[in-house]
Amino acid sequence: MTPEPVSAAASAKTDAIEAKDLTRTFGGFTAVDHITFSVRVGEVFGFLGANGAGKTTAIRMLTGLLTPSGGSARVAGHDVYTESEAIKRNIGYMSQQFSLYEDLTARENIRLYGGIYDLSRAQIRERGDRMLEQLGLSAVGNRPVRDLPLGWRQKLAFSVALLHRPRVVFLDEPTSGVDPITRRQFWESIYETASSGTTVLVTTHYMDEAEYCDRISIMVAGKIAAMGTPADLKHDRGVASIDDLFVQLARPA
Amino acid sequence: MSALRGLLRKEIVHIRRDPRTLTVLIALPVVQVVLFGYAIRTDVTNVRLAIVDPMPDHATLDLRNRFAAAGVFRIVAVVPRTENLEPLFQTGAAQQAVVFEPDFGDHLENTPSARLQIITDATDPNTGALLDAYASSVIDVWQRELASRDVVSALRRTPRTRVVIVPQTRMRFNPTRESSNLFVPGLMAFVLTIISSLMTAISLTREKETGTMESLLVSPLKPWQIIVGKVAPYLVIGFISVVTILLEALLLFRVPLRGNVLLLLAEGGLFILTSLSLGILVSARTSSQRVAMIGALVGTLLPNVLLSGFIFPVESMPAVLQAFAFVIPGRWFVEIARGIMLKGVGLDYLWQATLILGVTTLLLLAASTRSFKTRLE
Amino acid sequence: MHRILYLAQAEVLHVIRDRATLAQVFVVPMVQLLILANAATFQIRNSDTYIVDLDRTTVSRGLVTRMRASGHFRIEEISSSLDRANEGLLAGDVTLAIVIPHDFERNIVRAGQAPIELSVNAEKGSAAGIVQAYALRIINDYAAELSPEAAGEADARHPARIDVSVRSRYNATQNYKHYMVPGILVALVTLIGTLLTAQNIAREKELGTLEQLNVTPITRGQFIAGKLLPFWALGLIELALGLALGRLVFDIPLRGSVLLLFGVASVYLFVALGVGLWISTLVETQQQAMFVSFFIINIYLLMSGLFTPIDSMAPWVQVVTQVNPVRHFVAISRAILVKGAGPAEIARPFLILLTTAIVVLTFAIRQHRKVAR
Repeated sequence: MTPEPVSAAASAKTDAIEAKDLTRTFGGFTAVDHITFSVRVGEVFGFLGANGAGKTTAIRMLTGLLTPSGGSARVAGHDVYTESEAIKRNIGYMSQQFSLYEDLTARENIRLYGGIYDLSRAQIRERGDRMLEQLGLSAVGNRPVRDLPLGWRQKLAFSVALLHRPRVVFLDEPTSGVDPITRRQFWESIYETASSGTTVLVTTHYMDEAEYCDRISIMVAGKIAAMGTPADLKHDRGVASIDDLFVQLARPA
Repeated sequence: MSALRGLLRKEIVHIRRDPRTLTVLIALPVVQVVLFGYAIRTDVTNVRLAIVDPMPDHATLDLRNRFAAAGVFRIVAVVPRTENLEPLFQTGAAQQAVVFEPDFGDHLENTPSARLQIITDATDPNTGALLDAYASSVIDVWQRELASRDVVSALRRTPRTRVVIVPQTRMRFNPTRESSNLFVPGLMAFVLTIISSLMTAISLTREKETGTMESLLVSPLKPWQIIVGKVAPYLVIGFISVVTILLEALLLFRVPLRGNVLLLLAEGGLFILTSLSLGILVSARTSSQRVAMIGALVGTLLPNVLLSGFIFPVESMPAVLQAFAFVIPGRWFVEIARGIMLKGVGLDYLWQATLILGVTTLLLLAASTRSFKTRLE
Repeated sequence: MHRILYLAQAEVLHVIRDRATLAQVFVVPMVQLLILANAATFQIRNSDTYIVDLDRTTVSRGLVTRMRASGHFRIEEISSSLDRANEGLLAGDVTLAIVIPHDFERNIVRAGQAPIELSVNAEKGSAAGIVQAYALRIINDYAAELSPEAAGEADARHPARIDVSVRSRYNATQNYKHYMVPGILVALVTLIGTLLTAQNIAREKELGTLEQLNVTPITRGQFIAGKLLPFWALGLIELALGLALGRLVFDIPLRGSVLLLFGVASVYLFVALGVGLWISTLVETQQQAMFVSFFIINIYLLMSGLFTPIDSMAPWVQVVTQVNPVRHFVAISRAILVKGAGPAEIARPFLILLTTAIVVLTFAIRQHRKVAR
């Protein structure tokens, strides 16, 4: 576990996320195998791959939840080995599992996370009200979250992840189990977020969502098998859709 | 039948994949027996005794030596005044005190009586009563000896006979009065209840909670097969536990086993079935694991520990609780197990208890299968 | 920091909203207290006794009358059937069988002494010992009564006679509940502190909400403080409720300073909470948390002197119990409530508790990680 310092002259200033040979092993099993990539500020980066390809593990390393076994990475300008707490001040995270408190109301969840991120009472109230309005949840802001339908819950979780206006936001499968209309709305929100300067890293196993991203990477068995803009990838590999590309990549594996 | 076997295999995999719960299940009987053997005792030995002796003389010293020599007492302090005793009692440094009056020896020789006070910390009433008895008997014996000594100094006294009733005591069934002999049967009930009732309740509700119960029901498995499949592994674990406890008890603590081992195992099996059906019943009433756990705890474990006569004798409880204890399976099993192990009796004495257990099991099984079916269908 | 308060606030809401937790915190312990206090007693009520009087003389009848009058024995007499007495013991119907042999009176009158046979059903455990003690006391007193001195002869040259007065301190009414309830309160507080904490944090692990918190800048210390604070308060509330109930229903003594008790409880709760926190780092699911907690608490309680006295335990076990915080709190609780002890008398066990709290908490906090290795 030797942290390699990324050269300061390099893209530390311009890239929101940087990973070089990032690796994670669990016993004999290598979940993330020397991946190298970077995400520019304001980009919407799609982290694609089948279930079990290593996406969630990679995100957990980048969000400071898991210490890498090797390689290096910087998020929002901070090193994942030595400055994980600084990273956490600057990022938002929406996990694959729904992780707001179901027995608390939307407002109470907002208040809790706002408080943890050191927002003032006024800020919490203001941003909370605005968020609920935008989501159309003002009427049900005081009902336990478990009473909300799945789509609304996901949107709420997304909004809460952005409550403190982080520079980078990580979304782990934000649209799984959600109906197509809500999915489209989600992606509109993602664009909005990105256009205001927030970097978004999204994982998904829906290959059609790849088209929505600025750039994508496809992970197969812990390695990055392909990376680039959707258009470039399709052109270079001679496939009609990212889905086809994925099948092509995944078959020998 | 192969579907059932598949279910059994899955259940075993579940158990194996959860090493923490498994560890607790295996370690529990072992640890419990050790604890109960060495820790849960009620014998009183090594009493911390304080002496208040304002004016020590040959008489007080003689009696004090008696106490020290008795083997049961350990003199921890000798103080001049009664006031010194309070902090000793409050810190627990002393459990009992013998208070001599001033001029004790003088009064003894020249007046009709000399005064002596025994002060006992009776916070624990039972220990208090025992301590009183011990101290009193030391004093009695000393008195008697004084009386007979006085017979020798004939010139000073008229020899007096004092009536003495000599008790010959036999402690039946538990001559060494080892507490461990008594707890082992209750321990078996306790551990079996945890394994059979608790685990079963949790296992069944876990399936309900995760929704996999529905897929089981949709399968060609019949409800009774589902229950058997889920519950059978715990039957086996239960048996293993009983044998483990018995072996430990026999080898480590030399608890007697005067009766028929097979009968004991058979009754053990019956009790396991009773507990299992209780667990099934609890799980049939709820879909939440946590509620199931609390329900099983309150409905099976607590009563079995408290009201079965396991630690606390049933006769000591208020009538209401004694009546309640009647319907608690653990109470009957404890009686059966103690009878077989300590008294060596057979079904001729135990048929009633066995019958009650059997009937209870049938009733519970009927209630739980009915409850189970209606809930799910 | 404010973060702690925000977290604590959310925690309180959780507890209030969850009916299962509420039941676990308020209903179950109180019910347990009521049942346990009534059931957990070694007190001897009327012990069934057989007396076989093979002598049937004035002297032997006198003894029977004395035993009946004592109120400790429920006497059934069988005329001369030793077999019945034996059966009774075997069947567990009686605790004690006394056989007064032939020539009882004759031997006393002639020789000044006579044997008497006691068969004690030792299956009954400590009850046996107590019953034996009572019986012997009555027999002894009767013997003294029969002695010629009792006739009241005013002979100045009486041999030494000791006037023994027996005083039972702290529990004159011999009420077993007064002894048990202070200990049971400790058990309840321990359950809340350890079980609830372990369960709660394990649940967050299971649901994924813990991960969400780990991703925020909240520090480990702030998280733990925010989590444990509500449970600490709950533990104290529990104690208050239990004390009130104990006072109202069982009339337990409150001889010492209740404030002192709460002070000690505050420190003790840190130990209990620390253990709960530590357990939560070992497990992944709620169910495991419950099991492991239960297992550990069980060991603590059995080795605490709550149910059976520490003094009766094997010597090496007694040494081991010194590191058992429950043991010390039980002793302190009994000392304060029943014996009226003050700070000086409980100083030693309290210091041990304090040290334990610091050690346990430090260790548990160290074990809890925001970043997985």
